Amino acid sequence: MDAIILQVLNGLDKGSAYAMIALGLTLIFGTLGVVNFAHGALFMLGSFCAVTLQRILSLSYTVEDPTQKDFLGNPLKVDMPYIVSWFGDATGNAILDWSVPLAILFAIPVMLLIGYVMERGLIKHFYKRPHADQILVTFGLAIVIQEIVKYFYGANPIPTPAPDMFRGSVDFGVMIGFAQNEIIYPYWRLVYFLFSAVIIGSVFAFLRFTTFGMVVRAGMADRETVGLLGINIDKRFTIMFGIAAAVAGLAGVMYAPINSPNYHMGMDFLVLSFVVVVVGGMGSLPGAVLAGFLLGILESFASMNEVKSVLPGIDQIIIYLVAIIILLTRPRGLMGRKGVMEE
Amino acid sequence: MSKFQINRRGLIKSGAAIGAGLALPTIFTSSARAYLNEPKGATVTLGFNVPQTGPYADEGLDELRAQELAVQHLNGEGDGGMLNTFSSKMLKGNGILGKKVQFVSGDTQTKSDAARAAAKSMIEKDGAVMINGGSSSGVAVAVQGLCQEAGVIFMAGLTHSNDTTGKDKKRNGFRHFFNAYMSGEALAPVLAKAYGADRRAYHLTADYTWGWTQQESIAAATEKLGWETVNNVLTPLAATDFSSYIAPVLNSGADVLILNHYGGNMVNSLTNAVQFGLRDKMVNGKQFEIIVPLYSELMAAGAGANVRGVYGSMNWNWQLQDEGSKAFVKSFGEKYGRPPSNSAHTCYVQTLLYADACERAGTFDPCGVVAALEGFEFDGMGNGPTLYRADDHQCFKDVLVMKGTDNPTNEYDTLEIVEVTPRAQVEYAPDHPMFAGGDLGQCNSGA
Repeated sequence: MDAIILQVLNGLDKGSAYAMIALGLTLIFGTLGVVNFAHGALFMLGSFCAVTLQRILSLSYTVEDPTQKDFLGNPLKVDMPYIVSWFGDATGNAILDWSVPLAILFAIPVMLLIGYVMERGLIKHFYKRPHADQILVTFGLAIVIQEIVKYFYGANPIPTPAPDMFRGSVDFGVMIGFAQNEIIYPYWRLVYFLFSAVIIGSVFAFLRFTTFGMVVRAGMADRETVGLLGINIDKRFTIMFGIAAAVAGLAGVMYAPINSPNYHMGMDFLVLSFVVVVVGGMGSLPGAVLAGFLLGILESFASMNEVKSVLPGIDQIIIYLVAIIILLTRPRGLMGRKGVMEE
Repeated sequence: MSKFQINRRGLIKSGAAIGAGLALPTIFTSSARAYLNEPKGATVTLGFNVPQTGPYADEGLDELRAQELAVQHLNGEGDGGMLNTFSSKMLKGNGILGKKVQFVSGDTQTKSDAARAAAKSMIEKDGAVMINGGSSSGVAVAVQGLCQEAGVIFMAGLTHSNDTTGKDKKRNGFRHFFNAYMSGEALAPVLAKAYGADRRAYHLTADYTWGWTQQESIAAATEKLGWETVNNVLTPLAATDFSSYIAPVLNSGADVLILNHYGGNMVNSLTNAVQFGLRDKMVNGKQFEIIVPLYSELMAAGAGANVRGVYGSMNWNWQLQDEGSKAFVKSFGEKYGRPPSNSAHTCYVQTLLYADACERAGTFDPCGVVAALEGFEFDGMGNGPTLYRADDHQCFKDVLVMKGTDNPTNEYDTLEIVEVTPRAQVEYAPDHPMFAGGDLGQCNSGA
């Protein structure tokens, strides 16, 4: 029983990332009809927003320490962050320690801008082109983005730790009557799950309870009729692209302490997120979220030793296996609507 | 009628003439036996095959820096680096056998097929007489096989699998880097001393040739000292999140987690393990510990604070204080503004060793170079007295046991040397079971 609870918990944080990326993908597909293969790159750019802010906050001047030597035998140059010298040890180090949560504020305008530029500069020219063209151009864009990131940040993963207070893990098992150390769960992953719940909830609330969201939903249902009512639906859809980019970016920012950011991480998530969208049902926002968590949890279960000993290699194919089964039994996915991508 | 007379002078003249006549065809024969890519002009071309794209690109870049430095030193540029400390004094800074050294580079992408294609191109199009480099055992084994078939020398870069000089060894291939068996033999006594002989280890192992041999070696070495191996779980090479593999560790009764991972796998699995708070736990009445048997400076930097206090092993480290290491670190540091990694060191040393073997053999012919390298003993290259064993083309030398630095003072201060394990402790017989099944075969000069 404890192993099952453990894998459900493990699946939640992975599912959170899938759900947030898939939500953005579905938003873009539902509004603009574009299959955006650069969405994984937006997730990666979000992670690098955290890295960038960490580097900005760590900008330092060097002071020579004559008591220590560097690797060439010269006096050691010690980095002294400006922020520490400006605000003092306690405040300066606290700001450095909290660089990842602070990066949320940094990433929102950056990702909105990147999304806007991407949509206006490239993707809008492919609205009326076949999906194959859209896939090719957005996939190419993803490769360009990741190579640019590699050029500036290198190929190695960059450690981006969570604040000190969130390091370590909570003994979840003890809370529900199990023995010590049976069900442990890292604090930051718990934060990540709660964060994703807030982001997903906010997007749904935005679409459900605001006039802007209502117009967007109407546009998703019938773009032409909304246009005939004198509403500039294209402008709203461009904003939605920016919001989808921001959601992917925020998912990336908070994921940075879980796995050190590297230029390739977007590609690692991209294919799986597309499978999530297809399983959830093309164009269905609740479907994307449901499938994200479902596949995240199933992937965790498939990694259990007990499962792998019976079905070796199942952890690498489980998501695709489930996708095949669901598409055979429910061709539109779990919550897909009739008429979407069926023309 | 003339009379046929033989005198002593006539006999000598006739003998000389017949001898010259008999020798004449062998002059032509020798050119017919010329080896592949024999340098004809004033230059000789070396091929450096390193990952320039992909996840190990930074490591490849460091290897390429070192190879370029080696070429400069061979051509008499710069301060000469390890040429000044190398026990063999054949290299004079005038190239190799009087020919100026130039190089071409290929991108392995850390993929066997791409690495083979890059090496093939350098051999066939650029006329490379030697291929050096790489950051993966899968790549090393693939390129070593190609060089054997083509008939050029392969001087392996970073490859740690037992198989490279075990079941996949080749006569034309040579490895300076240490191997998984040596890591186990060096690490185990230090671990037993630090953590005691009564430990239960849980292995997470990358599911490919290097991971398998690494796990086998570490398990054998630790079990010999009394540790118990509780479980070994194979993880996919493409895995990025190891939480579902790490979560069951505490439940298993293990009090040590051994991560047989390298590169991005190591960074992520170690980060995940620390996130789960494993190192803060007490199991079986002991502090839970994590071990990373193979370290690299670049990957340690990627893991950040998570490596602090974690034991591992290395082939070489820039903090060593022997004359060879100091000379290399000075050359490299002054040129590039950073200390070299251990993969950079092995590529640099391999390039010099190849050049020296050519000088001693008096030829670039791969079979001559093989003969010169087999059984070659040398010193002054940073690892103490070293032997290139003829039986398997594996270098035997001291091995470093490392630990993540607790209080780093700068970005390069990630690891500290715990022990320099003497060569005798990591030596093994050529027919050791972990290295069985291979055959060097015959040298191939590509004629």
